[in-house]
Amino acid sequence: MDKSELLHLSAVELNRAIREGKTTAVEAMEAVLEQIEKKDGQYNCYVTVAGDTALAKAAEVQKKIEAGELTGPLAGVPVAVKDNMCTEGLLTTCSSKILENFVPAFSAEAVLQLERAGAVVIGKTNMDEFAMGSTTETSAYGVTRNPRNPEHVPGGSSGGSAAAVAAEECFFALGSDTGGSIRQPASYCGVVGMKPTYGTVSRYGLVAYGSSLDQIGPLTKTVEDCAAVLETIASHDKKDSTSVERADTDFTSALVKDVKGMRIGIPRDYLGEGLDSEVRDAVLAAAELLQANGAVVEEFDLSLVEYAIPTYYTIAAAEASSNLERFDGIKYGYRAKDAAGLHQMYKRTRSQGFGPEVKRRIMLGSFVLSSGYYDAYYLKALRVKAMIKKAFDDAFAKYDCILGPVAPTTAPELGRSLADPIKMYLGDIYTISVNLAGLPGISVPCGADSRGLPIGLQLIGDCFNEKKLIQTAYTYEQCAKEGN
Amino acid sequence: MANFIDDRTIEYVGILAKLELSDEEREAAKKDMGRMLDYIDKLNELDTSGVEPMSHVFPVQNVFREDVVTNGDESEKTLGNAPEEKDNMFVVPRTFEGN
Repeated sequence: MDKSELLHLSAVELNRAIREGKTTAVEAMEAVLEQIEKKDGQYNCYVTVAGDTALAKAAEVQKKIEAGELTGPLAGVPVAVKDNMCTEGLLTTCSSKILENFVPAFSAEAVLQLERAGAVVIGKTNMDEFAMGSTTETSAYGVTRNPRNPEHVPGGSSGGSAAAVAAEECFFALGSDTGGSIRQPASYCGVVGMKPTYGTVSRYGLVAYGSSLDQIGPLTKTVEDCAAVLETIASHDKKDSTSVERADTDFTSALVKDVKGMRIGIPRDYLGEGLDSEVRDAVLAAAELLQANGAVVEEFDLSLVEYAIPTYYTIAAAEASSNLERFDGIKYGYRAKDAAGLHQMYKRTRSQGFGPEVKRRIMLGSFVLSSGYYDAYYLKALRVKAMIKKAFDDAFAKYDCILGPVAPTTAPELGRSLADPIKMYLGDIYTISVNLAGLPGISVPCGADSRGLPIGLQLIGDCFNEKKLIQTAYTYEQCAKEGN
Repeated sequence: MANFIDDRTIEYVGILAKLELSDEEREAAKKDMGRMLDYIDKLNELDTSGVEPMSHVFPVQNVFREDVVTNGDESEKTLGNAPEEKDNMFVVPRTFEGN
C-alpha cells in the first residue's frame, strides 16, 4: 500500500487493511515515523518518539495478529499518548522541566488497555505544562503549531495529541480533559475529541491536575474511531477509587445513522456575546442538518453559564495545589543543586522546575484553601458547582443532547494568548461546565472559517449517555460528508 | 481592583505553595492573584444558602481493600528515578540543624 494512502486511513480502516493483508503493523509504524521525521520539525507535536522500540513492538503485534491472537479493531494501529500519562520505560514529562528525566516504572491503565488491544505507542505528545493552559504554549519543550495553519496554536492542553492526529503523525491519540483540554484542541485542529463521563476511563497513571475533573479520552479522525477507542479504554479499575463500574461500554453499537426523534437543546447562553459569528453560523448550520434529518431541535436557557469559569478555576487550582505538592525533588524529577537545607531544596526545586502558569495556579489554589479563605472561596465554588449540576439535570429532563460551539473562536495566532490569563480562561466557557458536572462531551468538525481554520461542534450528554452523543455525532458526520 | 494582595499575603502563599519568588515574580503574582480573586468574586452574586457543597458529582465512597502486596519488589525501578540514592535509599539534604 502506498504510504500517503496508508496515512490517510482512519484507525479502524488501518486495522482492516492489516487484517486483510494489504499492509502490516510494521509498515504502518514506519509510515508514521517517516511522517514525524518529515513534519515534526515544524509542528512539534511530540516531546518523545519511541522509534525503534515502537517498531519492535509493532513487529510483535503483527505476529500476534497473524496468529489470530489479536482480533480487535485497534490491533496494529500506532497511537500517540499525551505526555501526562505514565508509560513504562518511556520518558513522561508533563511538558514540565520538573519531570525532565522521569521514566515511569509502570503504565497508565488506559495505555495498558490500548496495548492489550494491540495498539502500539509511537511516543508522547506535547501539552500545556501539567495540562494548565489552552494553547500548548506553556510547554517547557516549545510550542506546538496547528497543522491546519502553522501560524496558529493547536489549542490545549492536549494540543500535541490533536495536532498529531491532524498532521497524520499518528492514527489516533489519547488526551486528557480537565476543562476542555480534549474538545477544544480537537475543534481547533479539525479532528474528533471526546471527554467521557467522569469515572469511565481509569485515571491510574494519569498525572493528576484537578482530580475531580480529569478524564482521559480519545482524539481521532472519525466518530467511528472515537467509539472504538473509548470502548477499548473504558474499564472499571480498582486502582482508581473514582472508577465507575458500568456495563454499557459497547460504544460502537451506537454508530447508527439515525437521529429521528432525538431531542436536542441549544443553550441561548452559548450563542451570545463573545461568540464569533462564523463559529455561530457553522454550529447553527450543523443543528439545522440534524433537524432536517429528524432531530427535534430547540433553543433554551441553561443558566449559570457565566459562573462556570470562576467556579472551575477555584476548584481546579485548589486541587492542583494539593496534587502538585508531590513534586519536591526527592523521589523523581528535577532537583535544585544549590540548596543548603531540605526546605530550601523544596522551594528552589519547585521554583526552578515549574513554569509561570503552573506557579500561578498553585499559588491561587494554596490561597483559596488557606484558613480564613476556605469557606469564602473553595466551599463557595463547590456550592455553585452543585447549582451548575442541577441546571444540567433540569436540561437533560427535556433533551437527549445539548448542542453548541466548542470554543467562542477558531484557533488564535501563536503568541497572542498568554499575556492575559483571564481572557484565555474565557475561551473555555462552553467546555468547562461539562467537567464540573461530570458529563460526557464530544467535539466534531463542522466546517471552517473564512481563513480556513476548523470549527468544532460540541454535543453534551447526561452522565453515562455517551451512546446518544456518539449516535448524534456519527449521524451528523455522515450526513455532512454526504452533503445532505 | 477590589482584592489587594499585600506582601505579607504573597509571602504566606509562597510558604504554603513552597515557592521562592523573585521580586519581579512576586509583583506579578500580587497583581495576577488580585485580578483572579476579583473575577472569582463574581460567585458572590449567587445566593448559595442551603446548597450543599458538591465535591463529587456521583456519591462516591472510599474504596477499601486488604493491604497486600500484589506487584512485587520494584524498589530498583523506583530508585532509578531518584535524583540521588545510596544503599537502596533516597538521599536528601540535611534536614536538622546542628551536629
